[in-house]
Amino acid sequence: MAKTYSEINEKIREGRAVVLTAEEVSELAKTLSPAEIAEKVDVVTTGTFGAMCSSGAIVNFGHAQPPIRMEKIELNGIRTSGGLAAVDTYIGATDCNPERPEYGGAHLIEDLVAGRKITLEAWGKGTDCYPRKYIKTTIDRDTVNEAILYNPRNAYQNYCVATNSTDKIKHTYMGTLLPRMANASYSTAGELSPLLNDPECRTIGLGTRIFLCGTEGYVSWNGTQFHSTKEENEYGIPTSNARTIAVIGDMKKMSTEFLRAAYYEKYGISLFVGIGVPIPILDEDMARRVSIRNEQIETTIVDYGDGNRQLGKTNYAALRTGEITLDGKKIRTAPVASIAKARKIAQILKEWIERGEFQLTEPVRPMPTGTSLKTLK
Amino acid sequence: MTKKLILSFPAQATDRSLTYDLVKRWDIRINILKAEIEVGREGKLLVELEAPEEALAEGLAYLEGYGVQVSPVANKISRDEKLCVDCGNCASACVSGALTIGEPDWMLKFDPEKCIMCKLCLKTCPLKLFRIEFAGDGV
Repeated sequence: MAKTYSEINEKIREGRAVVLTAEEVSELAKTLSPAEIAEKVDVVTTGTFGAMCSSGAIVNFGHAQPPIRMEKIELNGIRTSGGLAAVDTYIGATDCNPERPEYGGAHLIEDLVAGRKITLEAWGKGTDCYPRKYIKTTIDRDTVNEAILYNPRNAYQNYCVATNSTDKIKHTYMGTLLPRMANASYSTAGELSPLLNDPECRTIGLGTRIFLCGTEGYVSWNGTQFHSTKEENEYGIPTSNARTIAVIGDMKKMSTEFLRAAYYEKYGISLFVGIGVPIPILDEDMARRVSIRNEQIETTIVDYGDGNRQLGKTNYAALRTGEITLDGKKIRTAPVASIAKARKIAQILKEWIERGEFQLTEPVRPMPTGTSLKTLK
Repeated sequence: MTKKLILSFPAQATDRSLTYDLVKRWDIRINILKAEIEVGREGKLLVELEAPEEALAEGLAYLEGYGVQVSPVANKISRDEKLCVDCGNCASACVSGALTIGEPDWMLKFDPEKCIMCKLCLKTCPLKLFRIEFAGDGV
């Protein structure tokens, strides 16, 4: 018996919707069939909180008197885009001043969300209509017109497991990888992960309303590097990194509990982004998809010390025990994305929906299919 | 009793097997956690010494007699728990198992007893939440 978005939203408005987190439904699936789950459950919430480098913010500063057409912009000494009209800028999460590698775009984004003051310095050549050539002032979340989080690639579907076979420590965005495969790291929320609960994006597309950094946000496009033709296992899960989503939301309503700047030694800056996607249980197929368990989610182990060579496969149940075995060798494992926060996000989104404060949206445009990636020559 | 100590050997003491003397003369059990030694230059050992209190005191006095500086490991690693997001990066790097994360709650746990002061967590934490706290007597 299929449900529609309208029917589910009506139940949400009336406070009657049955909402479970992805972990709860995976547990339920041990005793109920997909058909039973499809009947009983209306929405499943997912969550993830990991380092997502392809993130950034569009900020509009407002005009000064006399006005300046900003062509070179620095925020707390970091250069951000001066190529967006007079007073718009894009702050990339990984933007930084090489002389101060530990503080960058992600920190500016966190500062804005936190309400902290930021020094703005801007230069322009001066035009007839924008005569001013220089400005130095202070801005913050409340002085700017808009501060919009605009992330081109987030919530990677099934990122790989990283290890390092060389004799030297490797400092990476997947953490500190010790020599001779002494450790391996994984960056995913497993069965809580948004794109692992709807792997073919049947319900996730342009316009899907989501939890983003503490407030409502939206899927704005497919993420970059959107690979939809990766090899899948028997449960329909791609076994290496595949799809991604671009997301958008109002930074003035976000919280630093779910948005944090990060600095990885020798690698650079990134941004921890908290995302939760609600999955409507439209039919038996969706019920089957959200019931996915950690032991059914396989991923690829990659050697970050040796040109990303693929070393083998493992699954998230094994990874979460703290140790896996590869070719007879025991490797200690740990996450580098927060499973505790992912749980919290899925739980908060569940509460918003149960209280009727959050309704689901049907995608305006589906995600692309049949895509793979080009390489740069 | 067990004591965790930093032994700093001056250059002229590095060619005597002082640690061997500790074992043979006072039956002190030595667990070397970390060593930076070059013969002819100053060396440092981070050790755990286990023996009855009196034997330990005599052994340490013997070392000091040879110019070895004995410092208790009173300094320790501390972490800003309020800002921690339980990402697991530090646990991934921690070889001694002092920092762990896992079932059931996936929240970071820190056991200072297991810390060998390798300081990898200070570099690894992406939010820079770890610090070394020094004891009042400047160890």
